[in-house]
Amino acid sequence: MPELLYQRDIYGKTLVELGRENKDIVVLDADLSGSTRTCLFAKEFPERFFNFGVAEQNMMATAAGLASCGKIVFVSTFAMFATGRAWDQIRNTICYNNFNIKIVASHAGITVGPDGSSHQALEDITLMRVIPNMKIIVPCDGPQTRDAVRTAYRIEGPFYIRLGRAKFPTVEKKPEFIFGKAQILREGTDATIIACGLMVYEAMKAAESLEKQNIQVRVINMHTLKPLDKEIILDSAKKTKGIVVCEEHSVIGGLACAVDDVLTEKYPCKIIRIGIHNRFGQSAEPEELLREYNLLAEDIERAVKKIL
Amino acid sequence: MSVYPETEIKRLAEKAKHIRRMIIEMLAKAGSGHPGGSLSAADLVTCLYFGKFSSGEPIFRHNPKDPTWPERDRFHLSKGHCCPLWYAVLAECGYFPKEQIYTLRKLGSILQGHPDRRTPGVDVASGSLGQGLSVALGMSLAAKIDKKNYRVYVLLGDGEIQEGNIWEAAMACSHYRCDNLTAIVDYNHYQIDGRVEEIMNLEPLTEKWRAFGWYVLEIDGHNFYQILDAYNTVVQIKEKPQVIIAHTIKGKGVSFMENVVDFHGRVPTKEEAERALKELE
Repeated sequence: MPELLYQRDIYGKTLVELGRENKDIVVLDADLSGSTRTCLFAKEFPERFFNFGVAEQNMMATAAGLASCGKIVFVSTFAMFATGRAWDQIRNTICYNNFNIKIVASHAGITVGPDGSSHQALEDITLMRVIPNMKIIVPCDGPQTRDAVRTAYRIEGPFYIRLGRAKFPTVEKKPEFIFGKAQILREGTDATIIACGLMVYEAMKAAESLEKQNIQVRVINMHTLKPLDKEIILDSAKKTKGIVVCEEHSVIGGLACAVDDVLTEKYPCKIIRIGIHNRFGQSAEPEELLREYNLLAEDIERAVKKIL
Repeated sequence: MSVYPETEIKRLAEKAKHIRRMIIEMLAKAGSGHPGGSLSAADLVTCLYFGKFSSGEPIFRHNPKDPTWPERDRFHLSKGHCCPLWYAVLAECGYFPKEQIYTLRKLGSILQGHPDRRTPGVDVASGSLGQGLSVALGMSLAAKIDKKNYRVYVLLGDGEIQEGNIWEAAMACSHYRCDNLTAIVDYNHYQIDGRVEEIMNLEPLTEKWRAFGWYVLEIDGHNFYQILDAYNTVVQIKEKPQVIIAHTIKGKGVSFMENVVDFHGRVPTKEEAERALKELE
């Protein structure tokens, strides 16, 4: 059994580390600090933590004011409310000013589970990807969350980091995390699977099963969605017979779309998109929903076979 | 009796008139922009940047030679469309050469159609309404964290405060006891579609701010004595953010623009600009 970790636990702990290292770190939350785990920072640094209540728009624009005075601001709430409710504030007041603000949103994707559609952000990557200056990391598991948060801290400017609600299985033997450079987790020449977030683990499972059937698949963890590692996408298109893109997100505007943008211009090839196809979510347990929306390893496996 | 000598009031009135001339000139040259709200807030912003406390100290502490001086007071123009006023004031202060005002809204200009950080003296861009009070709140909280004693001033439009974000921020400013923050509402009673009272009534406005925990002052936004008094008063308030609700006249200073809703977002023609400048001599 793989190690299972909450990404948001790692986030909360990393924030505390950063808070000790740098007194200019300020953390904001909108009444979800227990869930996003910013409460850990709040406990240790109450003078640098601000709760805004259920008011995300105010929180985002206030982050801009703080950043204009030299603060490094981490802003957290659920992905739905961070990116949907406060999009105008993020576009016009955070990104246009290119402020040093890190939006770390939890509870993204369908695996939010029983809370249902209103709380399952399936469009957040799309909403953030279209804004100039914004950089996006979707860590695949607990340990990578720390890499993502530390990277966002180190690099000036606005970031969006997407975290899940459920415990994520840890993906073993990942190469070193380099911002903007995808990780090749497995080599293969038959097909390529490009995945992000929770789907990286499912992709690895699919690849292992395919190997037993003599199908060799390259698996790429596209942890940085913006700026996108175009080179590895083109390389994979040239070296393998096609690409399966997997994301726990709408295929409209998300990772699939980003990969497609690169290939359409430079090297058209076969692409199959595993993701949410123009649907809302619904209530159920995460595993049931992954099955209902065809986001499991077996779905990926089928897609790979379709390409071959 | 006022503590301000008549010569001081006269100096500020002349300055405000000069600022209004610059507004008309730059808008006429630009060919588009928002004169009405720029003119209505001109006396308020002129007194802030050029006025003195009764002690003789300048109201607004800043250094145009060093626009990012960390101890500076902050001003944020939440009603960003009225940037011609801000640009005129910044140019007059010496943040950039005055002739730059004629590049307003032109390709590559440091003076964008709405405030932008490429302009020296502008800390945060604005334009999408309703966000500036939050920006000011962030500046205010940063001062508290760093134990700095700079103050934050933010100019809000009356139509603008119909935005929900404003009231989220109003709640938070008093929750965090931001006594280093002053909001100024340019209550000129007009928005693009017409009278504020008819489009979306704000009244009872003083009661609203008071209910949100603010120290409220209501003044005539064209009376220099009252404006200076307000700036003197707000700095003494502890534990509460302050709001100056300033009753103003849209298009103030140019007779044919006053209370004419059309001039919210229409610039004067060449002939109209000449007439306006004559009135402002």
